[in-house]
Order: sequence, then C-alpha cells, then structure tokens
Amino acid sequence: MDIQLQGHAIRLYHGGSAFDKNRPAILLLHGAGHDHSVWTFQARHLAQRGFTIVAPDLPAHGRSAGPQLSSIEALAAWTLALADALELDRIRLAGHSMGSLIALAATAAAPQRITALALLGSIAPMPVAPALLLAAQEDRARAHGMINQWSYTPRGQLGASPTPGSWLTGANLSLMERQAPGVLATDLAACNAWQDGLATAGRVVCPTLLICGERDQMTPPRAVKPLRDALVNAQGGARMMEIPGAGHALMAEAPDAISDALRGFFTDT
Amino acid sequence: MTQPGSFGRETLALHAGQSPDPAHGSRATPIHFTTSYVFPDAEYAAALFNQERPGHVYSRISNPTNAVLEERVAALEGGVGGLAVASGQAALHLAIATLTGVGGHVVASRALYGGSHNLLGYTLPRFGIQTTFVDTADIDAWRAAIRPETALLFGESVGNPGLDVLDIPAVSALAHENKLPLLVDATLVSPALQQPLALGADLVMHSATKYLGGHGVAVGGVLVDGGRFDWEAAGRFPTLTEPYDGFHGMDFAEESPVAAFLLRARREGLRDFGACLSPMNAFQILQGLETLPLRMRAHVANTRAVAAHLAAHPLVERVAYPELESHRGHALAARLLPDGCGGVLSFDLRGGRNAGRVFIGALRLFSHLANVGDAKSLVIHPASTTHFRMSAADLAAAGIGEGTIRLSVGLESADDLLADLERGLYAVGKLLKS
Repeated sequence: MDIQLQGHAIRLYHGGSAFDKNRPAILLLHGAGHDHSVWTFQARHLAQRGFTIVAPDLPAHGRSAGPQLSSIEALAAWTLALADALELDRIRLAGHSMGSLIALAATAAAPQRITALALLGSIAPMPVAPALLLAAQEDRARAHGMINQWSYTPRGQLGASPTPGSWLTGANLSLMERQAPGVLATDLAACNAWQDGLATAGRVVCPTLLICGERDQMTPPRAVKPLRDALVNAQGGARMMEIPGAGHALMAEAPDAISDALRGFFTDT
Repeated sequence: MTQPGSFGRETLALHAGQSPDPAHGSRATPIHFTTSYVFPDAEYAAALFNQERPGHVYSRISNPTNAVLEERVAALEGGVGGLAVASGQAALHLAIATLTGVGGHVVASRALYGGSHNLLGYTLPRFGIQTTFVDTADIDAWRAAIRPETALLFGESVGNPGLDVLDIPAVSALAHENKLPLLVDATLVSPALQQPLALGADLVMHSATKYLGGHGVAVGGVLVDGGRFDWEAAGRFPTLTEPYDGFHGMDFAEESPVAAFLLRARREGLRDFGACLSPMNAFQILQGLETLPLRMRAHVANTRAVAAHLAAHPLVERVAYPELESHRGHALAARLLPDGCGGVLSFDLRGGRNAGRVFIGALRLFSHLANVGDAKSLVIHPASTTHFRMSAADLAAAGIGEGTIRLSVGLESADDLLADLERGLYAVGKLLKS
C-alpha cells in the first residue's frame, strides 16, 4: 500500500494481508541502506497471527519518496507521524540495526503509544567504523562488500541459505545497490552520530526484547551489554535473546527463529 | 578478492551454497532423493505454503540438492539467486513465460543454439509470443525491432554457429533505455570466462548440460537473476507487479524488489510447468562445477592451439573463433572475454560436404555427436547431420558452409588433439587428390 505522508509517497508493506487498523499493529523498521523487504518472512508470519503489519520503506529508501532524514530523532518523529497517519494509537515496534535506534527513540518519545519494543542487532551508541563511513561516501561497492563481510556469518557468506535458491550476500548487495547514492552514507552517519541511546533507553516504560546474533560482528553480543543494562533497569524491563549461529543479518540468516521470537514477544505483551 | 566479503571463482565453485551436512557432517553435497518433506505440524505446513517460512514442500518446486546448485551458479554469476531446471531449454522457456504471455514479443539475436531458435521461432508463436530475430552485431536492428509489447531482449554470449560475440554492454544499455531486461545465454563461456550480469545483463541462463557439468552425463539448466532490474519502474511487467491470484494475491515486486522474478518463476513456473531438475542430475552437475574454473582454462588453452593449427592449414578455408583477428567479433571478445572465448570453434574445409564426411570419419579422439562443452573433444558436421536436409543456399543463409565443421575442444593432451585433426585433414587431402 502506498500512502502520502508529509507530502511524499510512502511504500508500506503489510505482509501479504490487508492493513486493518483495528488489529494490534506492529511496525517493522529496516536498517541502513535497506527497505521493507528485509522483513518479508517475519511480516507474513505475524500478519497470519492476528496482527496488522506496517513495514515502511523509510523516506528515500526503496519505493518511498521524500528527502532522506539524516538523524535518528527525525526518523523517530517520522515513524510517529506515520502511526498518526494510519490512525494507530498503540503500536508494537521492532527495528533492525539503524531501525532499532529509530524504534528506541520513538518509544522514548511516545511512551504512551508504544506497548512493546523489539530491538534486533542493536547497540547504543552505535559507532560505525571510520573505514565504512568513508567507503559509503566514496566507494559504495566497497562499503557494500564491508557490510556483507560483517553482516553474515562465515556460513552465510558462502550461502547455504535458509531460502532455497537464494544467494544471501548477492541479494543483499542488490538491495543496497538499489538505494540512491548517498542514502547508505547518510544512514550510517545518523547511526554514528546518535549518542543519546543509553539515556533514551532509561526512559522506556514498555517491555523490551533485545535480539542479537551469536556471531554478529556489527553489533556483537558483548557490545550489547550497556544497552541491555539500561533497558533492564528501565521501567519496562528487558530481556535478551541470542540467536545461535546468526550474524547481523538476522532476518535472512535465521528467519524462523526471528519470526518465532517476535511472535512470542508481541503476543505476550 | 576484489571486494571485502567476496570470494574468488575457484572458491565459489567449490563451496558456494553448501556447508557440511548438519545431521551427519557429510562434506559432499548429499543427494536428497525425496519427492516431499515432512511437516512438523499443521501450523508449520500452513506457514510454508504461505511463504512465511522458508523451506521445501515438494521437489518439483525446490529440493535441497538443487538449492546448492542454484546458489552456487548464482554466486558464480554474481546474481541474487537461481533456479535449477530440467534443461537449458526449460530455463529459456521459464524466463520468457515468467515475463510475458499471449501478445508478448521477444527480440533475439539470430545467432542462437538451434533449440532456442526452434522454441522462439516455431513453438512460442503457437502460444501467442512472437520473436524478431536480428543480426547480433547490428545494434540498430535491435533498436528497430523493439515494440510496445516487447518483454525481453535475448542473445548468447558467444552464439552459434559463427561464434558471434554479443555486445552485452551495448545491448543491455539499449534494453534499459526501453525499460526492458536482457537475458543472456552464457552456456558456451560459463561464469569462469564471463559474468554477463556484471556487463549489464539482467538475467543469465545456462544449459548446465555443457560446461557447468562438463562430463556429459546429466542434462540440466539454470536460470539466474541479477536482481537489479526495476520491474515496477518499467511499468510493463504485470506478472511481477500486480497481485497474482494463483499465489496468495502476491505482488512479487512488492514482496521482494530484488527477487521478484525468481519468486514468480518458482511459485508459478516450476510449480505449473513442472520442468524440475532431478536431484541426481543436480548432484552430478555440482561435481563438475567444482572444477569449472580449472577446466575452462584448459579448454581455452587447447582451443587456442587447435584454432592456430587449423588457421595455418592449407585445407582449411576459414576458422571461426573470436580470439583470431580474422573473426568479426575479435575486438569485442578482447574486451568482454579477456580470459578466453571457450572451447567451441568452427571451421570450413575445402571440398564441401564430402570433405566434411571424410574428415569426421577419420577422427579417433573427437567423438562425432550433437553436443558441446564436454571434457572430451566432440565434432559434428552440420551439413551431413543436424542440417542435412538444407540446400547449400539455405545453409549459407544460416551461416553454415557445406564444409563447416564444429569442434568442441576437450581436455585431452593438445598434441593428441592436433594429431587427430591432422589424421582427418590427411584424409581430406587424399579425397581432394583422387
């Protein structure tokens, strides 16, 4: 479904089911240089289990138009504006990587609206390697290669995809190449610049689920601890789930485990 | 390694798409001889059918052994995924049937494998899909042939019978100007020598029967999607951009912008047309694929030796191999096929049809049969076999002389191959003196 938001066409994916604002809503936010399609398995799974799913292409990503938003705060405000436009008063929110920072910021900004928060492949702050920031600006192909190298486990990098016939790293390269020049660099700069993550986490009042890949090199499990501690001590409390054998590209490498984790968490909350 | 996170062709040929079997630790790819797969419970079964969980349902649609082949060829081609099918012909049919139907149109190079020419020129018109054939090198002819209903441009990397070299960058640029995809049949070069997707093509197909397998024991085909063509922006591919009632109302381009084509081709084409590959064949092709880069280097080395030998022989009027300066595609081949033009060449003998028959009859190492891309050297004389009903004039129109011989140069010792060819040429010499 395409809608107009703030004067720009926005692509929303609903997991193969019609949008129904009367059902419990889950918003799924993609990461840097991606679009809604990273969530297809999870979106279809949740849409069959009583939820209505909204997986947007963020502004200037995928099929969504509009100027790209260059800060986590602006993207969080946009996410809440999207919920307003869809007349969703209360939402469950999940985000991957950059999308997790947006989800975290949106949750803290609208504590009365977000009833559950799932953060996948998330750390705070989320410093981006200078080499990757530079490559994203000057040599996209190299940046895409670095992201693939750090996002997939050794097993994932050589294939053996859960999805028959899909070459995981090739698909990720193609998805990143489809974004306009500069989109990835702006996304990564926004992640790198946002320093308010831990303070923001302290203000979260809804339950939070942290999901990390056991072999994540981008946001490794050991680096999640400060964010986990902040969320555990926040009003809503938090728990952390480590997905065995998965890297940062969790939804592609372990689609069933992520679908099951999100379904369980959002059903219970 | 050119970019972080990437692997060389030799590594991909051995490893891509497979990791040791988690159940038993098998290093080799297991052959999953099963038609179907047990569902853990009813809910999981429904989830598989709804495409909310990845996995296998029925081997006509996917199979774990075939999936390794699909991913491996996709990796070697630089694509987003692949489909293993029953033959190269099945791959071509699946590509076209996924993109268009009654009223559709294809623009194709005239220099095609005969089976592809039959499908496009005779069979698909019965189903309402027309093809305009154009000279491979005439970009203006390609442009002029495009119609509003055109859905696809199609050519071979190196085309039969004259080994015409397809200018993939130029034809793909023309295709993209017209919001059309380019499908390249790269069977004769394999991903060891050329990656059409990197040159601008959108889809690649192979008769895996040929170099991918290399052993001549298994028929199969593979179709790979580059994942870069924007079906939605093109606005002329409703099979990919409108809800499909035959599969949950799925809008494939919305579902997956990078894999829309493969989704539809698998969920409709493999499901309904049913041209699936046997897992045994997939396994056998995988065994060959492991050594593809090594084999192609050896094929090219032997073919260069054969081409040079024949080009210098007084009983040979002409050798068609793009690496020779005399070939009209020589400059293009130097640019697009710097590692070699494969192992197939053709040449014209003095003496016409009789010379061709005598030549082939004298050979001992070259096997006389209708195939290419085998590890063993192969030979055929079109005028007395595949095209024997055609007159000299008709042969000429197809680019075939009465004395044209096609060789598929194998991996035997080069000296032995040259000696065998000399045996045939000696027999032709005797014929011409008698």
